[in-house]
Parts: sequence; C-alpha cells; structure tokens
Amino acid sequence: MEFSDLIRTGRAQAKLLRGPEAPPLRGTLCLTGHHLLLSPGPQATSELWLLLLRSVDSIEKRVASDSGTITLRCKDLRVLQLEIEGVEASLDIARSIEALSSLESVITSFPFFYRPKGLRLGDAWHFHPPERYYKRVARETNAWRLSEVNEDFSVCPSYPRAVIVPRSVDDGALARSARFRQGGRFPVLSYHHAPSGTVLVRSSQPLTGPQKRRCAEDEELLRAVLLGARPGARGFIVDTRSSQAAKQARMTGGGTEAKAAYPGWKRLHRPLERGQPLQESFVRLVEACGDLQQSTDSWLRRLEGCCWLAHVKEALSTACLAAQGMEREGACILVHGAEGTDSTLLVTSLAQLILDPLSRTMAGFQELVEREWIQAGHPFQLRCAHSAFSHARSKHEAPTFLLFLDCVWQLGRQFPLSLEFGEGLLLALFEHAYASPFGTFLCNSEKERCLCEVRTRTHSLWSGLNQPKERRKLRNPLYAPNPLAIWPSVELQSLRLWQGDPLPQLLPWGAS
Amino acid sequence: MVFSLRKHSPQPEKYTLLLEGVKVENVRLVDRISSKKAALGTLYLTATHVIFVENAPDTRKETWILHSQISTIEKQATAATGCPLLIRCKNFQLLQLIIPQERDCHDVYISLIRLARPVKYEELYCFSFNPKLDKEEREQGWMLIDLSEEYKRMGLPNNYWQLSDVNRDYRVCDSYPTELYVPKSATAHIIVGSSKFRSRRRFPALSYYYRDNHASICRSSQPLSGFSARCLEDEQMLQAIRKANPGSDFIYVVDTRPKLNAMANRAAGKGYENEDNYSNIKFQFIGIENIHVMRNSLQKMLEVCELKSPSMSDFLWGLENSGWLRHIKAIMDAGIFIAKAVSEEGVSVLVHCSDGWDRTAQVCSVASLLLDPHYRTLKGFMVLIEKDWISFGHKFNHRYGNLDGDPKEISPVIDQFIECVWQLMEQFPCAFEFNERFLIHIQHHIYSCQFGNFLCNSQKERQELKIQERTYSLWAHLWKNRADYMNPLFRDDHSQTRGTLRLPTTPCNFLYKFWSGMYNRFEKGLQPRQSVTDYLMAVKEETQQLEEEREALEERLEKIQKVQLNHTKVKAKQSEPSKHSGFSTSDNSTANTPQDYSGNMKSFPSRSPSQGDEDSALILTQDNLKSSDPDLSANSDQESGVEDLSCRSPSGGECAPSEDSGKDRDSDEAVFLTA
Repeated sequence: MEFSDLIRTGRAQAKLLRGPEAPPLRGTLCLTGHHLLLSPGPQATSELWLLLLRSVDSIEKRVASDSGTITLRCKDLRVLQLEIEGVEASLDIARSIEALSSLESVITSFPFFYRPKGLRLGDAWHFHPPERYYKRVARETNAWRLSEVNEDFSVCPSYPRAVIVPRSVDDGALARSARFRQGGRFPVLSYHHAPSGTVLVRSSQPLTGPQKRRCAEDEELLRAVLLGARPGARGFIVDTRSSQAAKQARMTGGGTEAKAAYPGWKRLHRPLERGQPLQESFVRLVEACGDLQQSTDSWLRRLEGCCWLAHVKEALSTACLAAQGMEREGACILVHGAEGTDSTLLVTSLAQLILDPLSRTMAGFQELVEREWIQAGHPFQLRCAHSAFSHARSKHEAPTFLLFLDCVWQLGRQFPLSLEFGEGLLLALFEHAYASPFGTFLCNSEKERCLCEVRTRTHSLWSGLNQPKERRKLRNPLYAPNPLAIWPSVELQSLRLWQGDPLPQLLPWGAS
Repeated sequence: MVFSLRKHSPQPEKYTLLLEGVKVENVRLVDRISSKKAALGTLYLTATHVIFVENAPDTRKETWILHSQISTIEKQATAATGCPLLIRCKNFQLLQLIIPQERDCHDVYISLIRLARPVKYEELYCFSFNPKLDKEEREQGWMLIDLSEEYKRMGLPNNYWQLSDVNRDYRVCDSYPTELYVPKSATAHIIVGSSKFRSRRRFPALSYYYRDNHASICRSSQPLSGFSARCLEDEQMLQAIRKANPGSDFIYVVDTRPKLNAMANRAAGKGYENEDNYSNIKFQFIGIENIHVMRNSLQKMLEVCELKSPSMSDFLWGLENSGWLRHIKAIMDAGIFIAKAVSEEGVSVLVHCSDGWDRTAQVCSVASLLLDPHYRTLKGFMVLIEKDWISFGHKFNHRYGNLDGDPKEISPVIDQFIECVWQLMEQFPCAFEFNERFLIHIQHHIYSCQFGNFLCNSQKERQELKIQERTYSLWAHLWKNRADYMNPLFRDDHSQTRGTLRLPTTPCNFLYKFWSGMYNRFEKGLQPRQSVTDYLMAVKEETQQLEEEREALEERLEKIQKVQLNHTKVKAKQSEPSKHSGFSTSDNSTANTPQDYSGNMKSFPSRSPSQGDEDSALILTQDNLKSSDPDLSANSDQESGVEDLSCRSPSGGECAPSEDSGKDRDSDEAVFLTA
C-alpha cells in the first residue's frame, strides 16, 4: 500500500489556530504520509509547523461557502483548528488525515522512517536489558538467577527473553508454572529491596478454574520466593481485583491462590479500576476540563463524577501497601490482577519509586519504565491506540500508563526535592506513549518488537531524551538525593488534579 | 487538681502572669488521621493557654493552645476509656482529648468555656503578653507602618486629592479614621451632607489612587435612598470623585452585594444609587454573599475536612456543596473587575456593600493587590491590611469573636481575603515577596489577640483603649522575623510580576483550589513532605555565606600575596576551604512513616509502623517555644529537615545529625539505609 493512495489533496492554503497564546499561522498546508506541514511561505519569519498524524485523536469538519474548518483533537490533548481555502480541498484533507492517522501497520509507522541527526540507530537500546537489573540484584543477593527459559517467547509471549527467578527453581518448573498462569505470566522478580531483604514479585492470575486446580511447580516457585528472602519469611499476595471479582474469575478459568496450597502467603484484595471504566473516567475528566461554561460548583461535581482522583488515590495507596509490607513488615509481596499487564505493573512500579532511591533518578526512572512497563509487556499499542477524544473506541484502550504518570506527579508534588526529573519528563512520556517518532512505545510486547525489528530499525526515545539539550529541560532543579523511602499521603486533601499539560491547552481562543 | 504551674512545667519566662491552674493527668490526645494512636500526657490550664505535655520521656512534646483561639468546645458521650472533649480552634486546629474521669472533664469544660469567652478587653492575652521590649522599642514597633507615608507614596496630596480634617475627633463618622483623602472639590459641606445620606455615615473616601492615570478606588457604605430619596450633596460628592479623574467622563459604582439583597435593603430606607439621579455613573452589582452565608459556607467546608476517611466523592461533593470556592471566586472577580476598570479603562470606581466594612474591604484590598506591586511586598502587605481593614473600621472584635458576643456577627471575612491572596500566589509564584507562612501567621494572630493591632471594632475604640501604649504591634514582630516569611522565588523585575497582575480572561474553573495548607495545616501528614520554600531559602542563605567566605578568603589571599612579594619567599600553599557538601542527604529527616494504607496489615501480629513524627504538627516542643512564636507550629517544622540545613555551617562538611534524630526511628533508618 502506498501512502499516496490515501492522500487525496496534498496541498492547500490554510490558517492554523493553535491556542490563546500562539498567534495564528498562515501558509501552505501539505500532507505527507506521516505528517501535516504548514509552510508559512518564503517571506515569513516563523518556522515550519509540523504535526505527526499519528497523534491526531479525532477530526471534526465544518464547511462554509468557500472554505472549510477542521478541528484536530490530539492524543496529547492539544486542540488545533485549521481553516482551509476551498470546500473540496478541506474535505479531502480531512478524509486523508482520518485515513492516515488510523493506520494499523507498525512497520510503516513513522519511527521506521525517522532518522534524526546526531543519533545512531540502536544506540540506546542497550541501555536497559534485563541482564543489567539482574547484575544489581546479584550484588545484593544470591537467591535469584537470570533465566532464559523464555528465549524464543514460547513460554510467555508477553515476557522478555530473560527474567529473574528464584535460583532453586529450574527452567522446567518455570515452564510448568507458566502453564498454570494466564498468558504464561509466571511469578518473576520485579524488585529486590536490599535493606529488608524482601522482594516484590509479579505474575498473572493462576488458572485454578472452577475445579480449583493446583500446580505443584507454581507452589514450589512461591515457596522458593519466601525461602530466598529468609527462612520463615512470610508474604502477601496483593490481588488488584475485589475478592468477588476474583471468585467470579474462576468461572472463566482464572482465580486466586488457595490459602492451603501456598503456606506463608496471605491474600489481600485491593480493587483497582482498569480497562473500559478507567478509559471512561479519563474521557469524562477531559470533557469536564474542556467545558468552560460551567460554574465553580458544577466543576467540582464533574471532577467528582469522573472519579479520576479516586483512581489516583487507590493506585497510590495500593502501591504504598505493597511497599509498606516489604519495608515495614519484612514480607515478600506478589502482585497480580487478571492478566498482570496493567494494574499489576502500576502497583509494582509505584512501589519501587516509593522504596528505591535509584528509581527516582533520571536514569533510574527511565530504566523503571523500560523494565516494568515496556519489557514487562504492558500492551501499549492496544492501550494507547486512542486518547480521550476519539469516537472510534475499541475496548482495549485504557490510560493505565497515564494514571501511573499522574501518581508519579503526586509523589513529586509531595516530595518536591526527591525526584531528579521534573514534570517535563512525565509529560514527554505521556505524549510519546500515545504517538511518537521513536520506537520505544511501539507494539505490545518484546516478542512483537522482535518480529518488527523495532530495536534495529527505529530510534529509542531514551537516546532522544538523554541528549544534553533535552535532558536539561527535563531535570528537577531542586533535586537532592533522598536515600529514604518516600511515603506519600493518600488523604484526599493531599491529592491534586494534575494540570500540567493537558488542561491549559484546552482553553478556547475566541471564535475568529 | 490545683497546682502552681511554675513548679511543674518547664516554663518559658514570658508567661509570667499565670494564675493557679488546673492540671489533669493521664489524658490522651487522639490523632485525627489515625485514631488508633493517642499520646498519653498531662493537661494544664493556665490563665492564657491550654497545654498538653506528653508523658513520653524522650520527647515531652507540648501542645499549646491560646484560649482566644478556641472556637468551640464539645463534650462528647462518656466511653469506657474516658470522657472525650473536642476543642475546635479558630486557626483550624482540632484537639481531641480523652479525660479519664468524667468529673475532671466537666471541670475542664466549664473552665474553658469561661476562659475562651472573655468579656473585657483587658482579659485578652495582648495585655499580659510581654516580649521583653523596652518602651522605645514598643513605640518604634507601632511606627513601622505609617499610613500617611503610604498616601504620600501613592502621590498624595496632589491637584485632585487632599487630606480632609472633617472627621477630626471622629465627628462625622466614628468607624472611619481621622485622616482621610477626599477630592479637592468636595467641601466639608458636601462631605457632611453626603455622610448623612450614607449608612452609618460612612461617606465616600479614597482607598487607592493609581497615579499612572489618576483613576482611583473610593469606598463608602450604601446610600439611604430607599425607593426614591435623593441627596444633592451625595450626588455632588460622586461628581467630585469623577472630576478628580480628568481622563474619564464617568465613574463605576460597584455594589458588591447580590442585586436581591440590595433591593431588599430599599424597603428599610437603604439601597443603592439610582443611575438617573447621579450624572455620569455606571452602576454594577457583583454578587458577593453576606457574612451569614460565608459563615455557614466555612462551617460546611470544615465539616468536610473533619470527615473521617471520606471517599473522594464525599470530599469533592462536600467541598462543592459548601460553596466556599465559589465565594472566593466571587470576591476575586470583583477585585479583577475593579483593577481592570482602573488600570485599563482609567475609570475611577466607588465600591460599597451595606455598611462598607466587610465585602468592601475585601474587594478594595484585592483590587489594590492586583494593581500595585508595592502591596505584594512584605511591608506593603502590612500597609494594605492596615489601610483597608484596620483604619477603615473592619469590625475585628465582632467578626472574629475576640470578646464574648453575638455569634451571628462572626464571619471569616478577612480569612477569605487571605485565601484570595494565597490563590493569587499559586497563580503568580514569583509576584509576591512573602510566602504562605506569612499569610498563615497573620491569620493566626488575627484570632490570637497576642498583639494589639486587630483589637476592637474601630480606630476610635483602639484610641480610647490606648492600645499602642499597652500592647505590642504584630507588624514589628513579623518584620523582625522577616527571614522566615520571604518567598525565594520573588522577582520584581519580571514582566509578569511588574505592574498589574493579569489573570486569564477566559473563565477557568481549576484556578481556585482547596487550601489544605490552611485548613488542614495541623495535619502535617497531609502536607507536602518537603518544603521547596525552606529549601530554596537555605540554598540562598548558603550561597550568600559562601560568597562572604570567598570574599574574605580573596582578601586574605591578596594580603598574603603582598607579603610574599615583600619577602619573595615561597610559602606553603594556602589551604583550600574544606569541601562543601551538598544539601543532599540532610533531607533525611523528611523521613516520614507510612500512614495506614490499609487495616489489613495488622493481621500479622507485627510491630506497627512507627508513626511518631507525624504528630509534630500538633505538638510543639519546648525548643520551639523559645523561638519567636509559641503558638505557631509552622515555625517549629521539625519534619522538613530543611530547618537543619540552615544551621549547618557552609564549610562544615559532615555535621551532627539533626536534633530530633534521637526521637524518631526514621532517622536511625536513614543511617541504616545510607550505610
């Protein structure tokens, strides 16, 4: 398929409105396979304006007698307005943008064509292999090993090639435990908390089913987790579903660990919202923020109605619970929900941020995102296919990663000196997760990235962000390393709506 | 039960005027956030304070509450553990005590009811408070803020405005000051005539003069217009205000009340200006609710703050139903309207409400703050409160219940103004010379009655009481400790912070936020755990010290070089100043403990996480008492750890751990973690 087939009109005269602060831009509008360009013409002093088509979330077109207006709502919540000369041209351009912005194919996406100056392909892809984190763990404890049982992604398609597992469990047992877990996501190490010697482990739900099946290797694996921490150690299983939802899951083959089968482990249920309801909460939040006609009173009612802050509170307090269990109770923690690719990762990554000073550095945080989200198999392509504006919604979208970023922002607000990075990095990650010239957030798993050769054919976002010029902008100037755990307050009065990026851009700019 | 406090308590000398007090042992102070924790200690009642001293031998933490801060005392049903007593304070502190014996509880309750409701001014704390300053220092303190200087700064008197002595000896209006600026063309006859046509004779007088374009903000009370009454002198008075601004052919008359309220007033012979009777006025209603609505709104919001583990939706619903932020927005909108009229349109504005001492004061001061950068400085802000609130007869005594009086007169009028300032600070972080703590301390002292500034209902009453001879000035006290109140981000040279502050013109709902720093300020656990302000101030201070050190060393080097030249002898290299360690690890005492994220954990019979230092917000240690302000816990921020920075000498390298390290386990862990 050629992009040119989708481009009905390549060029037109247009005026662009970008918001209340920026002046309108006039010039020639061009459409390419991946971008929308506006060239202000040779005399103009302003620069070329460029928009990645992938970041367009929804398009609205309106025509007048001899011109058309296109409103582009972007995935990063920007709203742009284009006034295009000629009714035909504007309709054609709108249709072309619609088609080009929703292309499914990964290997024809822009990251595979993006070749920025000053970056070498494959540079940063070596920053964060699983081996690297294992080296750190190996320095702290001898109880864990790096297993390559998933070398060809056959044991678990959503895990990376190498995972960290208890030393005493062999690869065969791992493979059998994988068959007992949804999607093959057997328990693997997420974080080793050196001061207490405890570990954070994550997996998916066990496939106990209505017959309450058991799996000796899975039980063995979790026993080894406790033994590795210290003899007699105990553990908590933090299930991110309600106990009722977990019971219901048995009907469809899932379920929870039976108490008798896993001595030393105690199950806690902390329901976290996920999937469709979370996406709807996000959509309602953005709607409420965009509606400026309401009074202060109905604003608070709508903020309450969308429940977003309640989700932030729940996510943070569950992560705190896991962290508290490790640091204060000296217990091992296993986190899982159903698939173990969404709220599970939310909890494990936040818990690490609370406990681990290294993960609060610029490099450490990038490593955390890479390890606990990208390599851990958070299906970015499915979850971030559309943002809050799109009408064409499939049921896979969910802003779990945005919720994570929001929670990190709340931590940063309560500990303004303890994170090395500022809000800028969080905003950049939000933007790039939804649409990016870099390959980092492409695909749903390591397996897919391997098939698409993402690592060799695209640039990594990390090398883009770590250029000295970019890095400076993302740093928190107040950073002072804090070697302690940072326990946030999850009381309502302590949480705030993150206004950083999205909201100011929603302000209207006079109907001109 | 009766004791002589001097013997029992480690007594700071300033509280010398202590009577025989009440002492109750084995009282428990309940933590609001997690009710499981309670500190055991002894409760003392003195002539001025309620004091709770913890038994824990290593801390002996103390909580001091001034009687004048007590808003309500509630005796709750006796439980098995004892008799609970709930004390709500005007500075939003909430104290829940459990007293073992019902009889003791009753005694404390009865004593406090009496102590918290003084009937004579002489009973108030400021008449016994003695900061050990001599007479001269006291007088100088009162001279720090001088309103005649302030009018001079505005550029007055000039061709259009003059100082009027019409209110000498409070002859015309007893709630106005004696020194007032009026238009030059307004004769005494006009002023007196106008005053007779205004509620409580509060005639139009100048509040702020904008020298760039001669526009001004004037204030008054409502006219006694009823349904049809007119007053020639009042019409002339408004005409005179118009004439004092040659750049405009009309003035705005802003009635800050909702239109309905103003119309209702007409039936009582009061009301608002009829545009037909006055030449060249444009009349405008703003719609700020009255003091009763505001009192109830605050009450509702505080109830929300007090909820025990509410859901997010309870909280947001409650906040919204209280209407508090809507009222704040209404006041801000009024201020913005006036600031715009004055600075952009160049039109003078006359502001009034009913009596012209509540909403009018709020609106005039918000507008002045937006217009003039001077009011956004430390001293300028004191001047602003002195001018628009104290001198123009805001009824501090009635509104803040300093003396026992009509509870219907109480209303958080100045609290709302202070919150407006905070909301502005959030939007313009570099525009204010002072920080949040400054606002919180002013709010505290409006209720504390520790200083004389806010006593009584008018200038006249204060003069009769000889306040300046018998009490001390808060402004001097704040000025002395100004280092604590500086905003390190303040930049007066930035384009956004010079001149008039411009708020976004588009309606925006998320501009106004819940101020947990004020309403939950005693719940330290809820506040950000690290203070950027303190950190930046410490950095600034250290930079300055290093700068001084560098200069001293350079000087020395110069001398040495001279000596070397003279002797042409090679000397050993001067030793470099010792390494400066960064601020990094000293944040350790920010260590905090996890709150109860779940009750589930207790299923293991394990040690409960120590939550020790979360309490320190409520608790003042003796050390802190010795610092400037006994009743302000914000001064005694033990947790922030940033305080410790300032006491490090710049070249100190590794310094001793902070003082409180002995007290909480977390600091020990800090050592453990870094090791």
